[in-house]
Amino acid sequence: MANSYEITDHTYDVLVVGAGGAGLRATLGMAASGLSTACITKVFPTRSHTVAAQGGMSASLGNMGDDDWRWHMYDTVKGSDWLGDQDAIEYMCREAVPAIVELEHYGVPFSRTDDGKIYQRPFGGMTTHYGEGIAQRTCAAADRTGHAILHTLYQQSLKHNAEFFIEYFALDLLMAEDGTCCGVMAIDLATGKLHRFRGHEVLLATGGYGRTYFSCTSAHTCTGDGNAMALRAGLPLQDMEFVQFHPTGIYGSGCLITEGSRGEGGYLTNANGERFMERYAPNAKDLASRDVVSRSMTMEINEGRGVGAEGDHIHLHLEHLGADVIAERLPGIAESARIFADIDVNKDPIPVLPTVHYNMGGVPTNYHGEVVNLVDGNPDHVVPGLMAIGEAACVSVHGANRLGSNSLLDLIVFGRAAAKRAAELVKADTPHRSLPDHVTDKVLDRFDGIRFAEGDTSTAEIRLDLQKTMQSHAAVFRTGESLTTGMEKVNGLNASFSNVSVADKSMIWNTDLIETLELSNLLPQAVATVASALNREESRGAHARDDFKDRDDEKWMKHSLANVSATGEVRMEYRPVHMTTMSDEVEVFPPKARVY
Amino acid sequence: MAQFNLPANSIVKKGKEFPAPAGATNVKRFKVYRYDPDSGSNPRVDTYDVDLDTCGPMVLDALIKIKNEIDPTLTFRRSCREGICGSCSMNIDGGNTLACIKAISDVKGDVKVYPLPHMEVVKDLVPDLTNFYAQYASVKPWMQSDTPPPPDRERLQSKEDREQLEGLEECILCACCSTSCPSYWWNSDRYLGPAALLSAYRWIADSRDEATGERLDELEDPFKLYRCHTIMNCTNSCPKGLNPAKAITEIKKLIVKRKN
Repeated sequence: MANSYEITDHTYDVLVVGAGGAGLRATLGMAASGLSTACITKVFPTRSHTVAAQGGMSASLGNMGDDDWRWHMYDTVKGSDWLGDQDAIEYMCREAVPAIVELEHYGVPFSRTDDGKIYQRPFGGMTTHYGEGIAQRTCAAADRTGHAILHTLYQQSLKHNAEFFIEYFALDLLMAEDGTCCGVMAIDLATGKLHRFRGHEVLLATGGYGRTYFSCTSAHTCTGDGNAMALRAGLPLQDMEFVQFHPTGIYGSGCLITEGSRGEGGYLTNANGERFMERYAPNAKDLASRDVVSRSMTMEINEGRGVGAEGDHIHLHLEHLGADVIAERLPGIAESARIFADIDVNKDPIPVLPTVHYNMGGVPTNYHGEVVNLVDGNPDHVVPGLMAIGEAACVSVHGANRLGSNSLLDLIVFGRAAAKRAAELVKADTPHRSLPDHVTDKVLDRFDGIRFAEGDTSTAEIRLDLQKTMQSHAAVFRTGESLTTGMEKVNGLNASFSNVSVADKSMIWNTDLIETLELSNLLPQAVATVASALNREESRGAHARDDFKDRDDEKWMKHSLANVSATGEVRMEYRPVHMTTMSDEVEVFPPKARVY
Repeated sequence: MAQFNLPANSIVKKGKEFPAPAGATNVKRFKVYRYDPDSGSNPRVDTYDVDLDTCGPMVLDALIKIKNEIDPTLTFRRSCREGICGSCSMNIDGGNTLACIKAISDVKGDVKVYPLPHMEVVKDLVPDLTNFYAQYASVKPWMQSDTPPPPDRERLQSKEDREQLEGLEECILCACCSTSCPSYWWNSDRYLGPAALLSAYRWIADSRDEATGERLDELEDPFKLYRCHTIMNCTNSCPKGLNPAKAITEIKKLIVKRKN
């Protein structure tokens, strides 16, 4: 090894990497169950990107009309374009109700109905009676629901004295030779020193990788660090071709305008002033699911009916809702529209564009949050010691397309589930097995190579090239030709990382180094995304191929597994979709045409 | 004897200058505070001339452009870039705010960018917020209630009661308010500061919380609460438009009221 490092050791029963909604819910659950728990996070917990979630969290409380978790399950299966695992979806939709009640008990400041219950708003793809009516299922705290939930979870973590390692950047998993995950290595930004954490379960709650794209609603910090750590540990990522474009990112900045704005009655128009969603989704109209709306907007623009001088975006109207509704239910987006588009939403439409928002793909898990892999023909082989939840995970409850407000739900339900599972699996204070030096050395070698990288290309240059490539080659609509070109470019960029330079050589708060480590995480995820998209020769959910326009259940109703080697070679495998339910209280929903 | 000059190692020196690329016509000058803890050298102010024709509209866009294209060592916190995570709080053009929602065009003349005032600087624009976070935790900012909630339903709360939380629960813990407060500058070891007090009042104002008495007991202290002298810098600086000064006044009023 090139340099020797002083390493500080820590041992815990369990480790959580990431302090967003999923990571915090798991952390406080594990701490409350008596396990010694460390939560390692690269940003202060309330700065995690869950804070930016706006519209709400779905749960069939039925506060504003009839509802049933089975209807919620049907909507989610349909939204997933039948790629979601139905046992996991059943689990999520049933557990939604106790999960949201628990959040209220923690003190989340939900908006209220006239009779004092949690306020619920309509959201895309959320229906009653298996597609018949429009459900009001999305529990909201004005249009700042993520902020309300994340801050409350952090407050609960303080109450339970959970232990945090804040502004520590996780480098790599420590994997024993038998494939057991034994811990994680991290760098403390404040000192630049390395820390080795040992835990009997390591839980990845590291979020999505939106920053592989040029225009995304995701924060700068959304670099999918856990996904990349899993790849480097020799584990595959699942369903990476499914990247959700949110219909309403603000034109230019990409800042999110919640789907709740359409839930509250907002609508989209083209250059002719036409409410075009009526043509594409006669029943659900502007509240069709996100993939459908984003494709419709893109088609309007491609066919010359976009708005603006360049005809390259769409208008979102809220002017008719009235100042009172906006002040009470959509104050945050009124502020965002003013700051980022210079628009008074009471007077003018907001210029919007489909914008990368969410990754359905991630580390494959079962509904306990345990990471699974295809081993010797068993598609549900549990990887010992490793769990994943939230956007980093692919349970899969979202399949090929996530419904709005099912993400906050996913975080909370599986954060709880993982905490429960860890309490079953780990006995407090169990001693840790010894770990051979070469496990740590392998991590240090890679780190050392990046820390002292003396190439001739800056991190920012490679990152920008990557983001622009992904934006044009793995967009709302894809073709084999464009993906093939994209694959060549992304492979080239991945290889060019060996020529990266880290200009800042300092120890303390070296963000040039951190951004380079993040870039080393973005690259293999981009490789997995484009390779999976090129491989899947059908259109399903968010993956729309112009050269394979139809869904092909016979050939493609299966999860993609992308294994990416250290040198960027991809090997594709598959796992079957779980077409079973957990209980006999609901039947499996067989695939049918997906119409809104 | 009292010392009225800055210690020698704290005097801010003139730093490097990075001119705009040739041909740039729409140039804005950014003067950015730099401190490199590894070197131990004095802090300095570097000057970057940025071509606004190839830069986004916000001060954060310019800082990112500088880091990406001019000087990768420039160090600052940032995440959401839309004013909700509170990472990029700093002092811009003499006022505390979030760099991501501060328009460059709002600044006349050179754009001066400094870390939040009167905090220990870790590096460049990154202050040490440890004490700020500890003060937040010290007000026990979580629901306290002896009455058990209904086991399988939410607690009820009227719309009017929920309205009491407006302007309180939206705090993003950016620390712009506390670090703009002269009283906090002098007494941050013992005065809780506007952000922590706003958070304390957020729970006092919540109809579901039952610990108002204990919370007021904790706050009734010449330093923790009463170092607020209604200077109002907190309210003026809040990038979210909240009013911590009013929350502090409400706490003071409740303490007076319960004495009568």
